[in-house]
Amino acid sequence: MNNEKKEVIFKIDGLQTWFPITKGAFKKVVGHVKAVDSVSLDVYKGETLGIVGESGCGKSTLGKSVMLLEQPTGGSVHFNYDGEFKDITKFSKEETFQFRKRVQMVFQDPYSALNPQKKIYTSFEEPLIVHGMTDRAEREATMEKVLKMVNIQPDYLMRYPHEFSGGQRQRLCIARALEVMPDVLICDEPVSALDVSIQAQVLNLMKEIQKSMNLTYLFIAHDLSVVQYMSDRIVVMYLGKIVEVADSKALYEEPLHPYTKALLSAIPVPDIHSTKKRQVLEGEVPSPIKKPSGCAFHNRCPQCMEICKMLDPAMVHEGKEGHMVACHLYQSK
Amino acid sequence: MNEKDIILEVKKLNTSFITDKKEVKIVKDVSFSLKRGTTLAVVGESGCGKSVTMNSIMRFTGQNARVHADKIQYNAMVDGKVESYHLEQFKSNNGPEMRKLRGPHMSMVFQDPMSSLNPVYKVGDQVAEGLIQHTGMSKKEARQKVLEMFKKLGIPDPESRIDCYPHQFSGGMKQRVVIAIAMICNPELIICDEPTTALDVTIQAQIMELLKGLQVNEGKSIVLITHNMGLVAEMADEVCVMYMGRVVEFGTLEDIFDHPSHPYTKALLRSVPVLGLADGQKLETIPGITPNPADVKGGCEFADRCPECTAKCREKTIPSYEISEGHYVRCVKFESFKEVE
Repeated sequence: MNNEKKEVIFKIDGLQTWFPITKGAFKKVVGHVKAVDSVSLDVYKGETLGIVGESGCGKSTLGKSVMLLEQPTGGSVHFNYDGEFKDITKFSKEETFQFRKRVQMVFQDPYSALNPQKKIYTSFEEPLIVHGMTDRAEREATMEKVLKMVNIQPDYLMRYPHEFSGGQRQRLCIARALEVMPDVLICDEPVSALDVSIQAQVLNLMKEIQKSMNLTYLFIAHDLSVVQYMSDRIVVMYLGKIVEVADSKALYEEPLHPYTKALLSAIPVPDIHSTKKRQVLEGEVPSPIKKPSGCAFHNRCPQCMEICKMLDPAMVHEGKEGHMVACHLYQSK
Repeated sequence: MNEKDIILEVKKLNTSFITDKKEVKIVKDVSFSLKRGTTLAVVGESGCGKSVTMNSIMRFTGQNARVHADKIQYNAMVDGKVESYHLEQFKSNNGPEMRKLRGPHMSMVFQDPMSSLNPVYKVGDQVAEGLIQHTGMSKKEARQKVLEMFKKLGIPDPESRIDCYPHQFSGGMKQRVVIAIAMICNPELIICDEPTTALDVTIQAQIMELLKGLQVNEGKSIVLITHNMGLVAEMADEVCVMYMGRVVEFGTLEDIFDHPSHPYTKALLRSVPVLGLADGQKLETIPGITPNPADVKGGCEFADRCPECTAKCREKTIPSYEISEGHYVRCVKFESFKEVE
């Protein structure tokens, strides 16, 4: 992407989404699950921003917070309304409703995202009615248009979800999200429930749609190779925090954070002649309730230093432009 | 090759399920052999019959299953001598013959560690159960053995962890416990059914190192069922590619990755996203979807999705051809080669 053309669509600043842990009859709050903990990030218009991390690292919560499906407990998220930035965390009910027209979401499991008792037509009509499209002919024209985009014949509208395969269902879910002509599509693990051969179909389709509609994607997945295929920039998360942000190519070629390095080396390569030495991480992701002090990754890190145990590293620029990392190895520069 | 080198030989295994008074064929004429001390990877998309094949061998099939095989021969190595068992002749799924084999000779690791452990028993007791059943050991001795096994599999602090319940373990640790259950009676053959699909990549790497270690250091034979071509490349010695209940290609790791010959294998290898793809490079896709096994017509099962399909493909069931030593492909393109069974 060109530098001058970069226009910020989401400005996330110190976003926190904590879930309270309650105990006893009076629901006394005894602690917090810090699912997303001070995340700051800019999302540019028209790009695909990939978010990766292991399960429980808060990537889905981040996606939901940006969509206001989870109310953030702190920080701010500014959304670009044609040049004017508004803080979505302070939105009223009505504003939130209008906001949802601009940002839509595609969920992980296409089997449970469509109501099995309703025809596709009914499921597809609903968002349009809700958002005030009263003319039936207009609604049907819109439905037809989005179905064409995902290569599904419009006469399939009268069918029930069980008549479709997993890949078709995920395409239907994408089509439904596109109906209101959003600017941003948040995709939460859109292909992890699909088989490899179907996965490639859906990924290619998503790329085509993005081009034709000038969409911005927030692409959340645990599979780094899928994210790398889809994204312009990648965010690596660990225990609710961003540890590295980089261009998708730079992240693969010169990963900086030890966690990113380990994550990359853990991916099995379908090439029998590769001589890559695998670096196996010890231990597991700690609980987000009792996070380790200092850098959250320090107890698994192969390059852990004394300072890592005490001080939480800040994000610093390192290497190529736009490459940021939160690690003490790079703090001095 | 003789019985000393081959641990498991399967010939013409057929499994079908009775649903709605109809018989649906899920596994069709599957034949393969596993060499002692090696890893065989079985790959394919979901619903291609890879798990059913292994469950049929282990006799874990349900009441509505019909299993027929010309031969399922398991060659155990006991004190340097070969003992052969013909599994296809065993009458009952859970008879004494089968029970004698499961555990001390062959065992299985299942996909989902969350649901393959009993939540109301301590993990130590669950691991010890097989040991007590098969060797008649006392509980005390068994506990000692379990502790050793936990140590070997890298479960930290085994003395206290042995008395924990499954919910106190994380996913990766639970999978280690499941592997401990499979390993405790020291079997020669371990069948792993997607052992890491439910786990994160970093934990997957740990479990795979563990399995590889068991194979290299203790000479175990492993059947690895997976759909991840990356894992296949790292783990396997031989690969068996399945599609719609048939083995479409069988060969060594080099055969499959360097000279994939069946159109399905080629497509499968090309549709996986790999790290470091060039900018703008598109993933190749396999058109269409996997058909429902109930309405598969005659001829090659892959014909409808195959880019190289000809009229011949739909005529009859395609036999397997040996295109080089030990490399079998089920495709009419290789008609000129020697046909096997």
